[in-house]
Amino acid sequence: MNMAIVKNRARSPIAVAANDEPATLATVQPMVAFEQVSKRFAAGRSSAEVVALDNIDLVVPRGSVTGIIGRSGAGKSTLIRLVNGLEKPSSGRVLVDGIDVAGLDEKSLRAVRRSIGMIFQHFNLLSSRTAFDNVALPLEISGTDKRSIEQRVSPLLDLVGLSDKRDRYPSELSGGQKQRIGIARALATEPKLLLSDEATSALDPETTRSILDLLRKINKELGLTVLLITHEMEVVKSIADHVAVIDGGRIVEQGPTFDVFTGHAHETTRALLGGLAGMHLPEFLTSRMSKEPQAGSRTILRVIFKGENATEPMLARLGSDLGIEVNILAGAVDEIAGRPFGMLVVSLRADDAKIVQAQHFLASHGLASEVVGYVR
Amino acid sequence: MSADIISLIVKATGQTLYMVAVAGLIGSLFGIPLGVFLATSGRGELFPAPSVNKVLGAIVNATRSTPFIILVVAIIPFTRLIAGTSIGTSAAIVPLTIATIPFVARLVETAIREVDPGLIEAARAMGASPIQIVFKVLLAEARPGIASALTLTIVSLIGYSAMVGAVGGGGLGDLGIRYGYQRFMPDVMAVVVVVLIVLVQFIQSAGDRLARQFDKRARPR
Repeated sequence: MNMAIVKNRARSPIAVAANDEPATLATVQPMVAFEQVSKRFAAGRSSAEVVALDNIDLVVPRGSVTGIIGRSGAGKSTLIRLVNGLEKPSSGRVLVDGIDVAGLDEKSLRAVRRSIGMIFQHFNLLSSRTAFDNVALPLEISGTDKRSIEQRVSPLLDLVGLSDKRDRYPSELSGGQKQRIGIARALATEPKLLLSDEATSALDPETTRSILDLLRKINKELGLTVLLITHEMEVVKSIADHVAVIDGGRIVEQGPTFDVFTGHAHETTRALLGGLAGMHLPEFLTSRMSKEPQAGSRTILRVIFKGENATEPMLARLGSDLGIEVNILAGAVDEIAGRPFGMLVVSLRADDAKIVQAQHFLASHGLASEVVGYVR
Repeated sequence: MSADIISLIVKATGQTLYMVAVAGLIGSLFGIPLGVFLATSGRGELFPAPSVNKVLGAIVNATRSTPFIILVVAIIPFTRLIAGTSIGTSAAIVPLTIATIPFVARLVETAIREVDPGLIEAARAMGASPIQIVFKVLLAEARPGIASALTLTIVSLIGYSAMVGAVGGGGLGDLGIRYGYQRFMPDVMAVVVVVLIVLVQFIQSAGDRLARQFDKRARPR
C-alpha cells in the first residue's frame, strides 16, 4: 500500500475547500431549496396515484456542485425538473435563489428559466443547426441582437474547446463534443445555476472524465452552482461536494460527499457504493471465509482510512507495538470529492483479545475497522 | 402528330401546372398551420386544446375519406361561392385546395411529431414560448419531413387534377380521357402519360433533393 499517495492527496486544496464549506452554508442563502416537496402522478383512470417524490427537503448550497444519485425510477428526473418548472410539485415549495418557482405562472417562469442552464443525457441539440447556431439558440429566444450573439457565442465555443467546430452540424460531432456544445448552450444566457440531467450517462468513461472536468472548471471559474443527477457513482465521487441519495422518491441521505460515502449508513448508499474501493471482498477470500472463528483460523479485518487519518504507518505499528502479524490481502485507494478514502483487507493471526486490542489501537488513531470473517 | 394536338397538349400541361401550383400553394398555406396545430394541441402539449384537436381531426378524416370525385361535385355550391362559377380550370382549384389542406395537415402533423420531444424540453428549459418552440424548433427540425410531405402532396395533386375534367377543369388528365380514350387517339394518350411521368419524376427528384439538403441528421457519406 502506497501511503505516500494518500498523504499527498490529503493536502490537496480541494480537500480544504470541502472542509470549509459548512461555515459558509449557514450564512448564505442556498441556490436551491426544496421544502417538503411531493409530486404525485395520476397513474390511470381507476388506479391510485403514483408518488414520485415524497416530502423532499433538500438544499443545494450556492457555488457548490451538488449531486443527486439514485437508481433509475428513484425520482431524480422529476426532482431536477422541478427546479426549472418543467414539472410542478403537488405540494411544497421549490426555492431557486429565493423565488418559489412552483408558484410562478408560465410567463414569469420563462424569465427564471433563462437564468438556469440545463444539459441532457442525449444532448438535445437541434440537428438542423450548426454548433454555433445551437449555442446561439437561447440567446435568440431571449431576444438578443445578432452582434451580441456573435460576441457571446465565440468565447463560449472557446471555453468548451470547440472553436474549430462552429460550423459543424451535431451529426458531425462525437458524443463528447455534442455535450460540450450542450454545455456552451446552457451557459449562453449567463445562468447562475446549471442543471445536469445524466449528462455523462451516454458517454464512455474517458469522455465522461473530460466532461466532468469541464463542469468542475465552470463551477470554479464562473462560480456557477451545479446540480446534477446521475446513477453513476463515479460522477458524484469525482465532482460533487454535496450529495443526496434518493430512493423510492425519498432523500435517504444527504450531506458533504465524503462524509456520506465514507459513512455509508443507508443500505441504498451501500448498494450504490458497490463499486467503491474495497467494498467487495475478492472471490478467493469469500470462498474460504467463515463467519465464526475456528481453531487456528486467522481474523479478516477491514480497515478503513479516510483522508487525513491515513498518514501514519498504522499497520506496521500493529506489528511493532502489539506484536501482531499483519498480512495484506486486498486493498484500494479511491478519491472522493478530492479526498483519499481507502480500504485494506488484512488478515491477523491473533486471539480475540488481541484483535480487540488492535481495533482499539486503530480507532485511537482514527481508523475504523470491522471484522468481516475468519479463514483457516 | 398535328400542330393542333401539340398545342392542346401544351395548353393542358399549362392548366395542370396552374391548378397544381395554386391548389398546392393555398392548400399548404392552410394545411401546414393546421398540421402544426394537430401535432401540438393534444393533452399536455404546447397548445393544449384536446377537444378542438378532436373536432379538427374528425373533419380532416372525413375530408380525406371522401373520394375526390365525390368531393368535387359535393362542394359545387361552395365552389360557386368562392370562384363565382363551378366550371372551368380556376373553379377546379377550389375542390383541389379543399382536398389538399387535410392531406398536407396530416403529413405535416406526422413530420412534426417525429421531432425529438427532448428538443421541446430543451427549448422550454431555455425559456422559449410555445410560439418560439414552433418556429425555432419544430418547423426547423421538421423541414426535411415537411419537404417530403409537400412533394408527396404535389404528386398526389397531379393525380387529383386528372379528375377535374368532370367539371370542365381541363388539364392533362382531361385531355387523355377526351382525346386519348373517347376519340381513340392512342398517341395522345401516350404523350399525356409520358408528360405526366416526366412531371412527377421531376417534382419527386426536386423534392427529394430539397429534403436531403434540409436534413442535417447523420447519413452515410
